[in-house]
Amino acid sequence: LRLICTTAAVQRKNAGASGPEKYTEAFIKKQIEEFNLGKRHLANMMGEDPETFTQEDIDRAIAYLFPSGLFDERARPVMKHPTEIFPEQRKIQWGEDGRPFHFLFYTGKQSYYSLMHETYEKLLNVQKHQDQLIAQDLPLQKEKRNLAGSRWLTKIELEEMLLEKVSDDDYSRFIQLLQKLVALPCADIEEKYIQKFSKEVPVQLQKVVIEPLQYDERGVAFSTGEGRRKTASATAIVYDNGTGKITVNGIDILHYFPVLQDREQLLFPFQFLGRIGKHDMVCTVSGGGRSSQAGAIRLASAKALRSFVTEKEVEFMRQAGLLTLDPRVKERKKPGQEGPRRKFTWKKR
Amino acid sequence: DDKLLTEPLSHPDFFGVKELFTLKDLFDARVHLGHKKGCRHRFMEPYIFGCRLDQDIIDLEQTMQHLQLALNFTAHVAYRGGIILFVSRRRQFCHLVESTARACGEYAHTRFWQGGLLTNAHVQFGPGVRLPDLLVFLSTLNNVFEPHVAIRDAAKMNIPTVGVVDTNCNPCLISYPIPGNDDSPAAVELYCKLFRMTIVRAKDKRRHSEAFRELQ
Repeated sequence: LRLICTTAAVQRKNAGASGPEKYTEAFIKKQIEEFNLGKRHLANMMGEDPETFTQEDIDRAIAYLFPSGLFDERARPVMKHPTEIFPEQRKIQWGEDGRPFHFLFYTGKQSYYSLMHETYEKLLNVQKHQDQLIAQDLPLQKEKRNLAGSRWLTKIELEEMLLEKVSDDDYSRFIQLLQKLVALPCADIEEKYIQKFSKEVPVQLQKVVIEPLQYDERGVAFSTGEGRRKTASATAIVYDNGTGKITVNGIDILHYFPVLQDREQLLFPFQFLGRIGKHDMVCTVSGGGRSSQAGAIRLASAKALRSFVTEKEVEFMRQAGLLTLDPRVKERKKPGQEGPRRKFTWKKR
Repeated sequence: DDKLLTEPLSHPDFFGVKELFTLKDLFDARVHLGHKKGCRHRFMEPYIFGCRLDQDIIDLEQTMQHLQLALNFTAHVAYRGGIILFVSRRRQFCHLVESTARACGEYAHTRFWQGGLLTNAHVQFGPGVRLPDLLVFLSTLNNVFEPHVAIRDAAKMNIPTVGVVDTNCNPCLISYPIPGNDDSPAAVELYCKLFRMTIVRAKDKRRHSEAFRELQ
């Protein structure tokens, strides 16, 4: 056995150990020049105009001049612009003498830390302004910034803005700093800077608009409502100064709903408000079965009655469940089972 | 070109750093105040003048000499176009240090130090990155009162360091230690001002010398 003593320097000269070839800017520029020159030569060879020689013409010319029987498209001869062939290198962040451009380059996350630096500077500015106002005994502005309609940027939006990865801790720290800045009384000075990081949130309609009463030719007040239950949908028109007559699809309820339970459902909203004999109702209903049609008309009439009644009573109706759409529908059958929940009979053997 | 680089080395104080500060300035900025006797580091004992009511007082005569050597060295590095990296892990002075670095045209790192920044730079930043030629510590301890990792890494990568060492710090691996207070805002502002002035002076001198040579 002979001990082979080599120095570390010699061992490192192994060619395969180095990474992919580095393409300098000069090299890429030379390649582009050669490509353009070659394009003109090719056009001359094919007898076409060098000025109007497109990439498709190049591809056709190469396929004609160098026919290849290889199956893989990537193995065939190709002549494309160098930017498509050589992989894109990460933009170099230092100049020719090696000095980086950004003063926080050596931290690793230069855009994020420079953002923190700027935000902290704004905070210090606001504090200085506040101190000046206190020194001059002027009152500090107490206008509360409306935070309800705005939200901060999400982590992904911040990453897009900074063009580099931001971790969860860093993001939460940044948001905390922004909140601290906004909490100061004189933060209005830096309003423009803060707006860069806040977004408007469209306020969802929380209050349901109750429609006002309409009046027909005879001067009688009426109101309409719509309701659905399972697959039935109904529209109801409730008239004032009535005798408690209810018509469904042109038929009286006694004939349309022979079962007592359905008629009780129809009368429930009126009974709840104590207005049984005071309103007339005309409804149209389609779809579903008898119980679901009754439920649909109940919801429609309750919605129509909202216009006749005070806000407090509307709230009582809502709490009683008269104004809520019943979300229960028929559940679908699943494969491998007999029904939506029922499984096939299990046989031990 | 050769003369441009060798000429400053023949003078003991080519950039006149001695005139930038006086002993009274250091005293007014409370540079002589150290920590309590219990926090004293063994290797800082040569630099301590004495102890009053359990608080260590740093010898300002020695501080003057060390500060002059350190500022002279930074001036020479800046004259030769070296990259200077300001490091400090004190949250109070993070903004001040970063603004100083930006004003000089140099670099700063006052945030969490990732492990392989200096030792694994080619993997972290990319091939062909240039490492800093000088590390300036405005405070050698990190937030857990242990020596900053950058001191050890710079020693490993043969990068000279200049650092303000307080009475509880370890001055061992720092090439140009400056015994002095690193906690008072006044002291740190003074250091920032001095470093900024030396670097700006050195760069101006370089520009003037090059312009002078172009004219000839």
